[in-house]
Amino acid sequence: MKTYTNTGNKDTRSGFGAGLEALGKKNENVVALCADLTGSLKMDAFKANHPERFFQVGIAEANMIGMAAGMTIGGKIPFTGTFANFSTGRVYDQIRQSVAYSGKNVKICASHAGITLGEDGATHQILEDIGLMKMLPGMTVINTCDYNQTKAATLAIADYDGPVYLRFGRPKVANFTPENGAFNIGKAVELTEGNDVTIIATGHLVWEALEAAKTLNEAGISAEVINIHTIKPLDANAIIASAQKTGCVVTAEEHNYMGGLGESVARVLAENAPTPQEMVATQDTFGESGTPAQLMEKYGLNAEAIVTAAKKVVARK
Amino acid sequence: MADIAQLEDMVTQVRRDIIRQVHKVNSGHPGGSLGCAEFFVALYQEVMNRKEGFNMNGEGEDLFFLSNGHISPVFYSVLARSGYFPVEELNTFRLLNSRLQGHPTTHEGLPGIRMASGSLGQGISVALGAAATKKLNNDNHLVYALCGDGELQEGQNWEAIMYAAANKVDNIIVSIDLNGQQIDGSTDAVLGMGSIRSKFEAFGWDVLDVKEGNNMSAVIDGLKAAKAKTGNKKPICVLLHTIMGNGVDFMMHTHAWHGKAPNDEQLAIGLAQNAETLGDY
Repeated sequence: MKTYTNTGNKDTRSGFGAGLEALGKKNENVVALCADLTGSLKMDAFKANHPERFFQVGIAEANMIGMAAGMTIGGKIPFTGTFANFSTGRVYDQIRQSVAYSGKNVKICASHAGITLGEDGATHQILEDIGLMKMLPGMTVINTCDYNQTKAATLAIADYDGPVYLRFGRPKVANFTPENGAFNIGKAVELTEGNDVTIIATGHLVWEALEAAKTLNEAGISAEVINIHTIKPLDANAIIASAQKTGCVVTAEEHNYMGGLGESVARVLAENAPTPQEMVATQDTFGESGTPAQLMEKYGLNAEAIVTAAKKVVARK
Repeated sequence: MADIAQLEDMVTQVRRDIIRQVHKVNSGHPGGSLGCAEFFVALYQEVMNRKEGFNMNGEGEDLFFLSNGHISPVFYSVLARSGYFPVEELNTFRLLNSRLQGHPTTHEGLPGIRMASGSLGQGISVALGAAATKKLNNDNHLVYALCGDGELQEGQNWEAIMYAAANKVDNIIVSIDLNGQQIDGSTDAVLGMGSIRSKFEAFGWDVLDVKEGNNMSAVIDGLKAAKAKTGNKKPICVLLHTIMGNGVDFMMHTHAWHGKAPNDEQLAIGLAQNAETLGDY
């Protein structure tokens, strides 16, 4: 079984910051907007290097999204930055009309997504954002798994013409994907090959899926781990091929099971290759205060939960 | 400068276009459209620096954003009469498979439209973004926007209004269609906003009144005065005092025709009051 090495815990938001900093040098059309969370979003370097291309909008997310949409007229590529909650639910109609329906090349970059935001509690822990964003026609939805991949995704979306939602997080997590690796929007990444169960994970749950695969391997269950960084458009072919090979699927995400990756995978499988599936996700609930690790454990979003789900789904074959 | 009489002839034709569009599909918003006919004709025929043809990026020309998208009939009429698309296409307003959607959109590729609008309160933000890009591109042209007065009840406007003053955005002219009416009644009855002038001034904008928003000369003079004030580290607001339903007597001074189409008989009365000047589509 292929194994991966954590080269040192790093936060995905810093990957975004590093990507944005690199983009600033590389692409003069890239502009950044932030709603009073420059430090949290790690946008300081871009701001320092390119003050004329950095727009501090204050605590006014609706105006930020509208401005970003307007900035595309004349060829700029705006990257907006705030927490995932304020990047989506708070400004859904602005995104719907001025970005998605108007087909504008805006990159909505959302940090502190999911329950691992931690101590701030449920007001800030959005677990519905993937669903909100994937419902919008024409919106690309990306949820990266580690620092390196977040940096690569930030660079890649600047070269793609169209609205993108890029979701990442707050805590330091394992960094294990290749440094300066390629990022292909809409392409699944097979991390381990296996025959007994397919584990399809996104975001912070990808490393947990790899940990789960090791445990399962020791128990004689061969798991194929697929990293889905792009939830929309979804790499249906990769999912169908793996599900047909292993005969059962676990999906894992830091999101409500309604509206998330799990549902997207279930739709693809139901239409093409009906397969038993278990969903590791939050169960239609809000989060609460706690450390990221405590919350991941309480809400069943870790390697242990994936192992349990895998054993259950293997038994359903 | 164009002959005022010619521009007024175009306004008369635009009024015909408006009521014929909404009558045909028995839906749409004639009241606010009629009230803004002079504004649109002045803007597109006299005030804006426009390039031939349509390019989404609009580099090297002035831009306009309609925030209160429901007055699409006047926007479509003036765009067509200004050469963006064939006037015959006004026949397709609100029909299936049309580029002339109920509210304006870029989605169907209609030349002249740079942003969808309809869900209110978003246009000033969009205009600010376009204005920022113009500055980054060293493009000295201006960005215009129009909002309804009732629309100012949407909070996003005030985020944008605050931003514009704080950041000294001085290449933008936002006009407010001050007709005092909205769907449910007068703006005072629905949600009184007090002095809109005082509010904009308190936020740091330079405010001009066009007291006669349905007088072509007054509208042109007001917009040109606004234009002369740009580039002075302040955003510009034009309070355009208009009469909802202007030019069709039974539609005037009431919110009743905000979103209602005339029947056959009412259409005939409205057309009789506005002679065909440039030719019906």
